[in-house]
Amino acid sequence: MVVRAFRSAGVRLALAYALVFGVSAALLVGVLWVSSTNILTRQVDAAIDADAQGLGEQWSSGGAIGLFNTIQNRIANNLDNDALYLVLDPKGRIVAGNQGSWPEQVSRTDETYEISTKRNGRRTLARFHRYDLPEGYALLVGREVTARAALRSLLTEVLAWSLGLVGLLSISGALLLKNLFGRMVSQVSATADAISSGDLTRRVAISGRGDEFDRMGETINDMLDRLSRLMDGVREVSNAIAHDLRTPITRARARLEDAATHAGSPEQLRCAIDRAVLDLDGITNVFHALLRISEIEAGARRSAFVPLDLRPLLDDLYDLYGAVAEEGGLQLVLQVSGELLARGDRDLIQQAITNLLDNAIKFSPQAGTVELVGERVGDNILLSVRDHGVGIPAGDVGRVTDRFFRGDTARHTPGFGLGLTLVRAVAQLHSGSLRLADAAPGLSATLIIPAAVIEGRVNRALPAAVGA
Amino acid sequence: MRILVVEDDKDVSGYIVKGLREAGHLVEHADNGRDGLLAATSQEFDAIILDRMLPGGLDGLGVLEMLRGQDNQTPVMFLSAMAQVDDRVRGLKAGGDDYLTKPFAFSELLARVEALARRRRASGPETKLQVGDLEMDLLSRSVRRRTQKIELQPREFMLLEYLMRHVGQVVTRTMLLEGVWDYHFDPQTNVIDVHVSRLRQKIDKPFDTALLHTVRSAGYMLRAD
Repeated sequence: MVVRAFRSAGVRLALAYALVFGVSAALLVGVLWVSSTNILTRQVDAAIDADAQGLGEQWSSGGAIGLFNTIQNRIANNLDNDALYLVLDPKGRIVAGNQGSWPEQVSRTDETYEISTKRNGRRTLARFHRYDLPEGYALLVGREVTARAALRSLLTEVLAWSLGLVGLLSISGALLLKNLFGRMVSQVSATADAISSGDLTRRVAISGRGDEFDRMGETINDMLDRLSRLMDGVREVSNAIAHDLRTPITRARARLEDAATHAGSPEQLRCAIDRAVLDLDGITNVFHALLRISEIEAGARRSAFVPLDLRPLLDDLYDLYGAVAEEGGLQLVLQVSGELLARGDRDLIQQAITNLLDNAIKFSPQAGTVELVGERVGDNILLSVRDHGVGIPAGDVGRVTDRFFRGDTARHTPGFGLGLTLVRAVAQLHSGSLRLADAAPGLSATLIIPAAVIEGRVNRALPAAVGA
Repeated sequence: MRILVVEDDKDVSGYIVKGLREAGHLVEHADNGRDGLLAATSQEFDAIILDRMLPGGLDGLGVLEMLRGQDNQTPVMFLSAMAQVDDRVRGLKAGGDDYLTKPFAFSELLARVEALARRRRASGPETKLQVGDLEMDLLSRSVRRRTQKIELQPREFMLLEYLMRHVGQVVTRTMLLEGVWDYHFDPQTNVIDVHVSRLRQKIDKPFDTALLHTVRSAGYMLRAD
């Protein structure tokens, strides 16, 4: 039972709270006690000293008799009944005072002694000081310190009360904390239970107070959102594989089967086999593209990011594709402005723009123009490819980056519908985005990535990372 | 050339060994890491084709590391179904000279392994390359065929230089993309064909004999008959 209670985080927290509370209360009372007794002791010592000084003056003015009388007077007039006196003659006999004997410890004159002594049949604590008088007389002046004892008992009482209160407070605090804890944890664990039994739509309820529990709930919900997006991605990929790869596989299979049964000559057979190999290569390419996209989406390649100057990268692409466009009766135009420095993966940015250029060239009408633009806008770098072809119907814009999506206008061109998916994945890997806009007519596809914050001018010395 | 193939899959290795022999090479085959390492250290080879995943406790990376540890610098081409960029980088960092992912076209494998083996024999830095009556001066960066000077764009120059350094060998489109443009992916469009045909216009068209040949379903070859 006790062990079980200790397993509860709420109970442990409450106990720790009670302990801290109790210890600090005890410390406070202790410090109070020590400092007040110090003050009292100093007051007593000062009183003893003043008393002795007065008695010494009596001796000088009235001699021994004057002193004895004064002592008798003081004893009689001492209302608190706490003053103690004793005078010894040179032979050590008591000649005046209210003290039965000379305390043995009190030998030196430069110290005040605290001694427990007997008075009127009861034990008390008193402070004594010895003074030497002329002609060999010795004077003992003392004070009972009863006030201090009273203070001690008072403080002890306060301490006991406060400890009781601390106990009471910590028990109620413990219950409160345990309840609060239990409510929060049961919320989260109910959500987790629902999710592990398959209900991925459940989320932790947020109270809206914006407290720590809310923040924790939000973090958990964010994590769940990300998880379900990933799950959707996996489902999407497996569906895509199941449906979209069926077609080319069926085609290759049919070709081979047809050749096996109907081919009339070795020539026909060879031709069928060659075409089946091409089909298989196509399937391999799709697999490769799918794997590359999921590799990018997983974000693992972010570790390979380096500072990049995108100008030479665009120059290279222009060099590579300019000739291709010309061959197809098109014109590729390069427009670069501003500083294009970013942190990223050179291969992936190249591949993304290559995909955009492939698309633009594929969908451009004869004698059209394709523009490759690199510009700096605010904190972002915009890499755009604009064509003046058929463009994307407004209804399809949201879906063209889905895996295997092919618009009606693209139905009759070669491709698998993975190009823009990869571009979007590359943009997201670089904490950027892919913007598709109507170029009226045609499509303007823009890869937006954040510009790198570069200190000084070091980046002119980067072609090693860029052109290698 | 003497080539060692370390590959455990019977069909794949049978197909590679047969193809290489048909291409005129002497081929040894091992089907696990241990035998592969033994063969590689006890005999001289011009190139080694090494599968990444091998049975028997010693995988391709292990074989390569032990080989390089013994200061054996035989060119090694990895053959692997592990196609992620990281796998490729790891293979090349461990001392591999090339990395080909499965599935592959045999022509690609043959072209690459021949290029590897040949590269090793290349001696010292050259200042002049010559194929038939085509001459390239690497210092003045000029090209002439017979007496005629040929003007090339910088990238065309690099393309021709690559082809001339691999004279008599098949060079695939992927090899050109990697070697000349440093691109490690295949664009959909046949960009390489366009550039090669432009180069051909300049170095072959005005003359009666062709040097730059297309090798069907493989790539290109620069050769003086």
